[in-house]
Amino acid sequence: MFGRLTWQAIPWSEPIPLIAAGVVGLFLLAVIGWVFVKGYAPYLWREWITSVDHKRIGVMYCLLALVMLLRGFSDAAMMRSQQALAFHSPGYLPPDHYDQIFSAHGTIMIFFVAMPFVIGLMNFVVPLQLGVRDVAFPTLNSVSFWLTASGALLVNVSLVVGEFARTGWLPYPPLSELQYSPGVGVDYYLWSLQISGAGTLLSGVNLVTTILKMRAPGLSYTRMPVFCWTALASNLLIVAAFPILTAVTAMLLLDRYLGFHFFTNELGGNPMMFVNLIWAWGHPEVYILILPAFGVFSEVIATFSRKPLFGYRSMVAATMAICVLSFMVWLHHFFTMGAGADVNGFFGIMTMIIAVPTGVKVYNWLFTMYGGRVHFSTPMLWSIGFMVTFVIGGMTGVLMAIPPADFVLHNSLFLIAHFHNVIIGGVLFGAFAGYTYWFPKAFGFQLDERWGKCAFWLWFLGFYTAFMPLYVLGLLGMTRRMQHFDRPEWYPWVLIAGAGAVLITLGICAQVIQLAVSIRNRALLADLTGDPWDGRTLEWATASPPPAFNFAVLPNVTGEEPYWGMKERARALAHLLTTEPSYEAISVPRNSPTGVVTAFFAVFLGFAMIWRIYWLAGLGFVGIYAAFVVFAWRDRSEEEISAAEVARLDRANRMMRSSVLAEEAS
Amino acid sequence: MVARWFAELSRNGSGPKFLVLALTSMLAAGCQGSVLDPVGPVADGERLILMDALGIMLVIVVPTVLTTLWFAWWFRASNGAALYRPAWVYSDKLEVVVWCIPALTVLFLGGLAWTGSHKLDPARPLQSRVSPLEVQVVSLDWKWLFIYPDQHVAVVNRLVLPVGRPVHFRLTSSSVMNVFFVPRLAGEIYTMNGMVTELNLQADRTGNYPGLSAQFSGDGFAGMHFDTEVMSGSSFDQFIEQARAAPARLDDDAYKSISRPSEGVPVQLFGNVTDGLFENIASRRLPPGEGPTGTGRPYGSTAGED
Amino acid sequence: MSMVSTFSPVDPNRIGHDNRVASAEAEALGRGAGGPAPKYIVVSYGFWIFLLSDIVMFSAFFAAFQVLAGQSPDMAPRFDLDDVAIETGCLLVSSFLCGVAALSARRRNLMATEFFLLLTGLFGAGFLLLELKEFTGLVVQHMGPADGAYYSGFFALVGCHGLHVTAGLLWLGTMMAQIWAKGFRQDILRRLVCFSLFWHALDIVWVGIFSFVYLMRFAP
Repeated sequence: MFGRLTWQAIPWSEPIPLIAAGVVGLFLLAVIGWVFVKGYAPYLWREWITSVDHKRIGVMYCLLALVMLLRGFSDAAMMRSQQALAFHSPGYLPPDHYDQIFSAHGTIMIFFVAMPFVIGLMNFVVPLQLGVRDVAFPTLNSVSFWLTASGALLVNVSLVVGEFARTGWLPYPPLSELQYSPGVGVDYYLWSLQISGAGTLLSGVNLVTTILKMRAPGLSYTRMPVFCWTALASNLLIVAAFPILTAVTAMLLLDRYLGFHFFTNELGGNPMMFVNLIWAWGHPEVYILILPAFGVFSEVIATFSRKPLFGYRSMVAATMAICVLSFMVWLHHFFTMGAGADVNGFFGIMTMIIAVPTGVKVYNWLFTMYGGRVHFSTPMLWSIGFMVTFVIGGMTGVLMAIPPADFVLHNSLFLIAHFHNVIIGGVLFGAFAGYTYWFPKAFGFQLDERWGKCAFWLWFLGFYTAFMPLYVLGLLGMTRRMQHFDRPEWYPWVLIAGAGAVLITLGICAQVIQLAVSIRNRALLADLTGDPWDGRTLEWATASPPPAFNFAVLPNVTGEEPYWGMKERARALAHLLTTEPSYEAISVPRNSPTGVVTAFFAVFLGFAMIWRIYWLAGLGFVGIYAAFVVFAWRDRSEEEISAAEVARLDRANRMMRSSVLAEEAS
Repeated sequence: MVARWFAELSRNGSGPKFLVLALTSMLAAGCQGSVLDPVGPVADGERLILMDALGIMLVIVVPTVLTTLWFAWWFRASNGAALYRPAWVYSDKLEVVVWCIPALTVLFLGGLAWTGSHKLDPARPLQSRVSPLEVQVVSLDWKWLFIYPDQHVAVVNRLVLPVGRPVHFRLTSSSVMNVFFVPRLAGEIYTMNGMVTELNLQADRTGNYPGLSAQFSGDGFAGMHFDTEVMSGSSFDQFIEQARAAPARLDDDAYKSISRPSEGVPVQLFGNVTDGLFENIASRRLPPGEGPTGTGRPYGSTAGED
Repeated sequence: MSMVSTFSPVDPNRIGHDNRVASAEAEALGRGAGGPAPKYIVVSYGFWIFLLSDIVMFSAFFAAFQVLAGQSPDMAPRFDLDDVAIETGCLLVSSFLCGVAALSARRRNLMATEFFLLLTGLFGAGFLLLELKEFTGLVVQHMGPADGAYYSGFFALVGCHGLHVTAGLLWLGTMMAQIWAKGFRQDILRRLVCFSLFWHALDIVWVGIFSFVYLMRFAP
């Protein structure tokens, strides 16, 4: 009746997950209770949960990412503290527990922190920068978000009901096959990824179509902001790479559920094929993560240097080159598998070639600052921190791209230091920069600068303290994923790394405090005009937050940096460029519960499949199909915002901007 | 400020002084570490490439980082002396330079990668007047088995090698993927069930060197380390004699027994190994090791979970 | 309606056009430069992108099949090429009928559209039945997916295509019901276009499977 699910699935005898689950559960109940008691539930349902507005969905993606960052980081803190304690000692986390923690850490950080963060930023910003009202498929956008959230939910449920995978964040067979991982852990991983992967793929289709087919009049490719170019490259990669993940995950599921022999040890299975296929997805994945971050930095550095981005053409060329090349390097993840010198050499060289466009980008940012007027706001601090940190991480990457060097560094803590160097220094710093930069646009008030800078420095110092020792440890021969060790020469470095984790914890605390303080002081920090940073791209032409329809009239773009051009002219004239346009009613897509309902049934489908409760899985599938049919059957897909309402909203913003211009002139 | 700190350091007693001493000794010990302190030609070659490549890259990276900090600082908004050039957004010459610097670096390093990959390919036999010693390696859950096919002996969890003689390894796994790694001797190589990988190395100094698995293989993974003892030729022959005297025999049944999951397995010698055992394991004529759902008592388990 | 600008700003990056003249020619040319594309283009284009991603997924299965089949060529079964030919015929006819249905829809002919969609579905179902027969036949001969890697690759690849056809039939049924209930509304017509794209794409994938899995295995 309930498949493999029994009461034993809950870890009654393990205090740590039980207490963690208890605390989180209570907190969730408290939040939900507060929402209902204060009467916010209808508002939340109407304005957020069923919203198909790209701005709301973008915010929810980022919120998911930040919440999961806390979970992923607590896993990291446990790993660091276990290693700090486990010198000639078993530590406090038994191996089966520790193995789940590092697997969950990697899975959550990549799939439920980094991906949602960059997708959220792209969702929020790209339509605004393109001067259009929404993405190509708004309801699909909502479905994508909620499917991602479902995946996140399933991973977290594994903490309480059952176990998580104990294979690392990429479940190499034969270890991940049923014979060596008989529990439900790998199944949690696989279903969670299948569900959220579907969401991500649809999001990729959505954004590619938006960027290629929906831009404001006059916004040709060569006038697109670099963030939109990197978003395009990233989403093209999603469309091309995520299907591979879907296929490989399906193959492993077929092996585990129906006894197929894709990757088993016997009857002709080929575990090496898994490694190849998963990295054929895995390498483009990291470029999916880093390209939008590059885009954020391009925007931030230009804005806070008061200069246009240097070398626009080569930036675009470099971005698209990275996009294509990222598919040709996957073998560098397993040079040590014995593919032979020719194959290893080829992939080593290809990996190095991809460093060329990346280097070009760094120099372009450098020369953007040159001759500029640099303001050290929080986003700019993140950007400068990125430029220093990422270059070091890139260097160690190129070092490991040389096969003989990789032969002694593969899977060591040197590798861990390298990819955290580029992911934290690149993706996370970019996400934080984007978060700080676009926060006022999303919410109408800025984040507290002091706490922001404090958070930056804590993160920056914490990162170096936590990860530079790992480079040393890798050179000392320490490999990754060790639950305990007894080499005395490793011990001091492990301790320093633990101290770094403490600093990062403080950095995260600073960010939480920053948010709380900013909300409390939001009246003082308000962004009245919609352009708090003296921005250069079209999103700053809207109010903060923008109305549902973004632009009262779609802007007519006549040059690069369209908004900057408009502003310069307006400043010269000391008043708004245009007279009030004649307002018309605007149709916006109607909200829809399709996303959340599909996700609801997807969670049941996933959970049921994990525990082999097949009748429940069938119900889940029927529910998803029913949600699809109900959505397809609706007669009204848009609702109208009256011309009067449009006028009211737009006039308010125009007045604000007018008064600012008048002030500047006097 | 730094001078004041140093002065204080020398004036005050234990605390800060100890910290500085600890750090410097750590760094010194670190330089004596594994990968950077090779004892054989293969590891030496790998270290050389690593250092060369690092040197070349630092020539690019250090100026870039310094320039970043310098530009950010010099062109800060409050610096009136800095020239503000808001229309300067393109330069032909700079384009050529910024594409060429990374491209030339990559060209050079690419050459290094190509030649290095060939020279240090693990399957490439070493040049030597001495014939290589054959060792067969099987990774098990969670221990290592080393078979000396020509000597008909085997050892669990200790690798004994003669100094100055090339060693040719053939490796496989009894179950899941592992990676054989002795950092001071050579690079890593995967072990996979049903496949045979190769590694060639030579140890040029006697001593005891740590070895480990570098691919996570399950709950007992952290215990999968072994000592590599490199001894003189005569000592090695003595060791082989000693091993031959060991009563235990490694036949199919014994192999099945040791392939069951166990951790903390002590070193054991097998005085007699069935001919072709490694080939049987590698070709799956002997089935792969059972996982956690297998039956039977775990072999040799002492410490560890469960 | 647009904000009219009387001044074309300096082109800071000197890309593509003369920045000396502020004129209509300085307007960008090219796709999307006239504003967002109309909805039917956006929808079809988006669906094409999705289809391309689906083809990438199929290629992963193709690649896996090639690897596994190449490793265990002795496992290759004797395929009944007659059945395969009939299956191919079913799909081709089904595609053709789908095209006719699309033409009927363009002419807003409800009965014809429904009729040809029904036939499309019936031929698709015929394909599926034959495939099911083939699959059960293989399983009975101990050539099922759990019997060897070759078969795993085969069943996954051909089965994935079959699952797509099944999903297509479900979609088809839903579309038929929708057209019946709501007539030829613009959004329903857009969906019909997407369905046709999907159905024809499945045909193309089948040609690949047919050639790669069935025919090539017979080459001596």
